[in-house]
Parts: sequence; C-alpha cells; structure tokens
Amino acid sequence: MRRTTILQSAAVCAVATLVLAACGGGSSSSSGSSAAGGGFKVPNLTALDKLGTPEGEVSVLAWPGYVEDGSNDPKVDWVSDFEKESGCKVTVKTFGTSDEAVQLFRTGQYDTVSASGDATLRLIASGDVEPVNTNLVSNYPDIFDSLKMQPWNSVRGVPYGIPHGRGANLLMWRTDQVKPAPDSWSAVFDQAGSQKGKVTAYDSPIYIADAGLYLMATKPDLGIKNPYALDAKQLGAAVDLLKTQKANVGEYWSDYLKSAQAFKNGSTTVGTTWQVIANLAQADKAPVQVELPKEGATGWSDTWMVGAKSPHKTCAYKFIDHMVSPKTNAAIAEWWGEAPANRKACAETANKNHCATFHADDEEYFSKVHYWTTPISACLDGRTDVQCTDYAEWTKAWTEIRNS
Amino acid sequence: MGSKRALVALLTPPMLWLLVAYLGALAAIFATAFFTTDPFTNEVVRTFTTENFEALLSPTYLRIIGRTLFIAVTVTVLCIVIAVPFAYFMAQVAPRRLRHLLVAGVLVPLWASYLIKAYAWRTMVQPGGVLESTFGTTPGYGFAAVILTLTYLWLPYMILPVYAGFERLPTSHLEASADLGAKGIYTFRRVILPALLPSIAAGTVFTFSLSLGDYIAVQIVGGTLQVLGTTVLQNITLDLPFAAALGTTSVVIMVCYLIAVGRTGALDNL
Repeated sequence: MRRTTILQSAAVCAVATLVLAACGGGSSSSSGSSAAGGGFKVPNLTALDKLGTPEGEVSVLAWPGYVEDGSNDPKVDWVSDFEKESGCKVTVKTFGTSDEAVQLFRTGQYDTVSASGDATLRLIASGDVEPVNTNLVSNYPDIFDSLKMQPWNSVRGVPYGIPHGRGANLLMWRTDQVKPAPDSWSAVFDQAGSQKGKVTAYDSPIYIADAGLYLMATKPDLGIKNPYALDAKQLGAAVDLLKTQKANVGEYWSDYLKSAQAFKNGSTTVGTTWQVIANLAQADKAPVQVELPKEGATGWSDTWMVGAKSPHKTCAYKFIDHMVSPKTNAAIAEWWGEAPANRKACAETANKNHCATFHADDEEYFSKVHYWTTPISACLDGRTDVQCTDYAEWTKAWTEIRNS
Repeated sequence: MGSKRALVALLTPPMLWLLVAYLGALAAIFATAFFTTDPFTNEVVRTFTTENFEALLSPTYLRIIGRTLFIAVTVTVLCIVIAVPFAYFMAQVAPRRLRHLLVAGVLVPLWASYLIKAYAWRTMVQPGGVLESTFGTTPGYGFAAVILTLTYLWLPYMILPVYAGFERLPTSHLEASADLGAKGIYTFRRVILPALLPSIAAGTVFTFSLSLGDYIAVQIVGGTLQVLGTTVLQNITLDLPFAAALGTTSVVIMVCYLIAVGRTGALDNL
C-alpha cells in the first residue's frame, strides 16, 4: 500500500516537472531586444517650478558613505544639522550596486537617489525620475562646468540631476602579500594566479567593463575603444577573461563593509575597490594600498535625482542643495575619498590638498577614467558598422560567468 | 448562533492571510515568471513568454539546481547523523537533570540572530581563524564552509523532533527486544528506526527546506559559490521574471518533497 502511494506522489512530481518542461518548450522567437537602435523614449515629465513648504521628511537612496548621520561614527554627521534647519527628517537606505539602486528606487519609497551613470538613463527612460529645475538648487552655479549637462545626467538639453562628485575604481592590495606593488590590472587578470583564491571582483554586470578596459590596453587587435561599447566578439573576449579570472577569485563583493573586512583578515589580498573601502581598512590598521593602474580605470560620476512620484519634492530639493553645498560636499568627498562636484568645496576640506589629490578639476586625469554607463545596442564609441551588446546581454553574460 | 459568529470572526483573518498573502503571493510569483523585461530599463514587460523556463533548462541553471539540491541533501544527512545519537542520549540515557540542561543547550543557539551565527562562521573559517589555529587547516570560504554553517544553523530543528520521538518510544520496547535476544544494532534497525522515522522525516522538512532556500549564509561564507537563492537574488534586480521562474523551481522541489514526506506520516508529528 505504501509503495503505491509513494509511486503516486512520484507521479505527481513527474507531471509537475513535465508541465514546467512543456512550458519551457515553447517558442524562443520572442527573445531579443526592443530597444530599437539603442535609443530610448523619454517620458514627458516636467521639473518642479518652485519650492513649496517642506513636507517634513525625505527618504534618500544613496551609495554607502554619502549620507552619514552619525550612526556609523558620531563625528561623521552632515545630516542632523540639515534636519534642524530645513525641518525635513532624513531616512537613508544604502545600496551596493547600481542595479540594486534602480530596483529599490522603482518601489516608489524614495524621494531622491544618488545614481551613477549606469543607473541614471535607466531611471530616466522608465519615468522613475523627473527633470530637475537647476534654478531651485542655489549651489548649482558653483558646480564644475565639466560635470553639468553630460550624457548621463541630461537628455536632449534637459537636466535630470545635480552632479555630486566623481572618482575612479582603484586597485587595492595587501602590501604584505602582494609583492612587488602592482601597477596594472594584470594583478587581477593575467597575474591573478599568484594570489589564487584571494582575488576579489565587483559583483555586477558592469564589472565586464573592467575586463574590457584591460583588453583595450593589452589586446589592441580586438579594437576596443570604449569599455562600454563591446560588440559580440569583444564581449566574448571579456567573458573569457573573466571566466579565467573566476578560478582565482575568492569572493565577489558588493557589500563595501564585507570587502573591507575581507582585506583586513587577509581572505582577500588583491582586487578592485573604492577609496572609501581603502580608508576603512587602513583605519583598521590593515596593510593595504591603492593605486590607479596604468591602464586607467572604470569610475563613476554621480548625480542626485528626484523621484517623479515623490510626495516630498521640496524636501528632496533642499536635501540635494545641502549635499552639494561647499561644506557638505567637501565632507563627503573627504570621508568617501572622491572628487567633489562643487568647486568651492575645495576650500572647505580639512586636508587642503584633497582636490589636488583627487584631481577635482583635472580633466586630463578623468579622461583615463571611464565612467559607468549603461551599454546600449548603438555603440557608444560611434561605430555604426556593428551592433554593440546591450546591458541585457551583459547581464546574461555576467550570470554565465558567475555560474561557470 | 453567537458561537458560530465567533468562529467565523476567529477564522476569517487567518484564512484571508493564507489565501491572499500566502497563496496569492505564490500565484503572483508564478504569473510573473511568464513575463519579460525591457533590455534597457530592466522594467517588467507584461507580454507572455516561456523563455524564462526555457533558460532554466540550460546546463548552467540545471547545475545550480543540482548543486543546491546536493547541499540540501548533504546538510540534511549530516543533521540526521549528528542528531539521532545525540537525541538518543538526551532522551534515553542522560539523567533527568542533565536532560533539561541538554535541551536548553540545544535551544540556546536559536535565540541568537541568524546573521551573528553566520558571521561567526565567517570569522572561524577565514585564514588565521579558529579552525586554522586549532586544526592547522581551514576549508576557506566556499562549498565546505556552507555545509558546515548550514548544518550548524539547522541542527536544532532536527534534534528537537527526533528527541520528541525518542521520548515517546517506550523503554519497554527496547527491553523486550533485548529480552528476545536482539543485539544493539538489530534493535536499532528493527525497533528504534521504524518508530523514529516520522520524527526524522519531520526534522528533514526543516533542514531540507531551509537549506534549499538559504542565500544569506551562502553569501557570507560561500565565496564564489552560487546556489538557487543567490541566483534569485542576483536576478531580482536585473530580471525579475527570471528570478520568479527560479523561485518556482524551489517551490516545485519543496512540494514534491512535502508530498513524499507526507506519505511517511511524519507531518502528523509536527
């Protein structure tokens, strides 16, 4: 009797599996992209025309380290004073990757977001953010002109956000384990074998651009001109490089605290990082160093954006204005380790050399930094004879790499 | 009449919860699995497609599903191997006072946060951690660390039902078996195990399902290891319908497992 019932349940499961398999057996013609020509439609939204009375609260989605309210370190707090002055209570949620930012912002629970260039256009195209009225941001005139009205924060002459600051993804290593000091990304690619199991990489499809950048310098015959404009063959080469790298990777990171801890305890010895992680690890007495490798690097230029459906827009504008004000922008730039967006911030940093160290106004330096950008099928490097791979393909490739 | 109304009032909220929040959510997940996403904005596009389930059948994902199943089975087997002798000692051998201490000892880890325990294992398996300084070697982050951590985390959920099973087992049965000349192993095989099977099966429901769905411990101690849970997490931000399709797999696996366990009569013991 028992045997028959077990057989019955096995049959139920078999049927269920067949149903799933049958569902899977359908057509595959519906795959492919609908982003015709790589262009995208922009919903017709208008910017706020004037500020009202503060709504009492603002919900912020930010990169870790951008909005410190003293809860991590009582001395690091540029939110409490703003709350008192503006009457807007600030709640902060941090994210580890741009993909996470986009997904969280779509829940509609946030009024403003510090978005990198690989998130901004996605948020604009999906109508989650609206244009900004730069006249309502009193500090906007002081922002470096080279950051204003760029392809990642404006569309056809309409500004969609306020520049926050920029920087490069750096190579970090343990000085006691990695000798001699590396000056090239080969430390995480071709030479990664010497640190087998202790290499780290950033856990997002956008990291494919780091491989693209490395191939741009080391395999010129592939013809990569822009790490975000990879045709199918170039993407394939980057994927192969990352699959080889995976054999030496101990952990992929997207949580900056976990990455700092891994460098501190020595389970990670070399890999891509942010300056803020290096600062944290060094504050914990970890023997680590960072460098911008000779190939250049990927990086970011961040933008504060306003949610289209935000019920707290006045507070959001006031908050953004506060974030890019000279003092606060300087405090964030120093805490995080990036170049501020406000030129007056350079006079407010505790270390007077900060802006020089982080090349705040050094366009030549930033020409070596390839800001995170969403790859689209129209090649960003201007090639018209081939189709480039879009972010959906990068996503699939990344999943394949991670699961290889 | 009044009591009938009271009964309706009492049962309506939980039934609503079950239907709307619980089964409704499952239905929503299943429906989402047939949608697709916009390649540029990653937004969900509501056009019917089966390509998410097709993608599941690719070797990459079959391997992930297989790996996850293997982890869940290994953790479950390890939990049984540890829990059965331990529960036997607690229920049949230990003096009453020690028994209470042991039960408390099994329960205490459940009071600590899951995250704290997972991070504790992270520091234990790291280079120069407790494992290395004690045994001279550490598995490092990865497959072995995940098995260790999950076995540690879910062990109490196996010990408790098995312990309850042993408590219910009359000592007289063991004595009778011994009187009739059965050796220890024979008694274990013919008397203890059949009586205990439902309790073990009940315990495996916890260890198996919890291991199958875990992604947090895997992220903390798993290194580059990918399981169903982490793959769902990775896709949730980029391709929600595919994440839903992946989630459906674990639901199907669990339903099959529960049906199988239900046949042993174990669910009557929960």
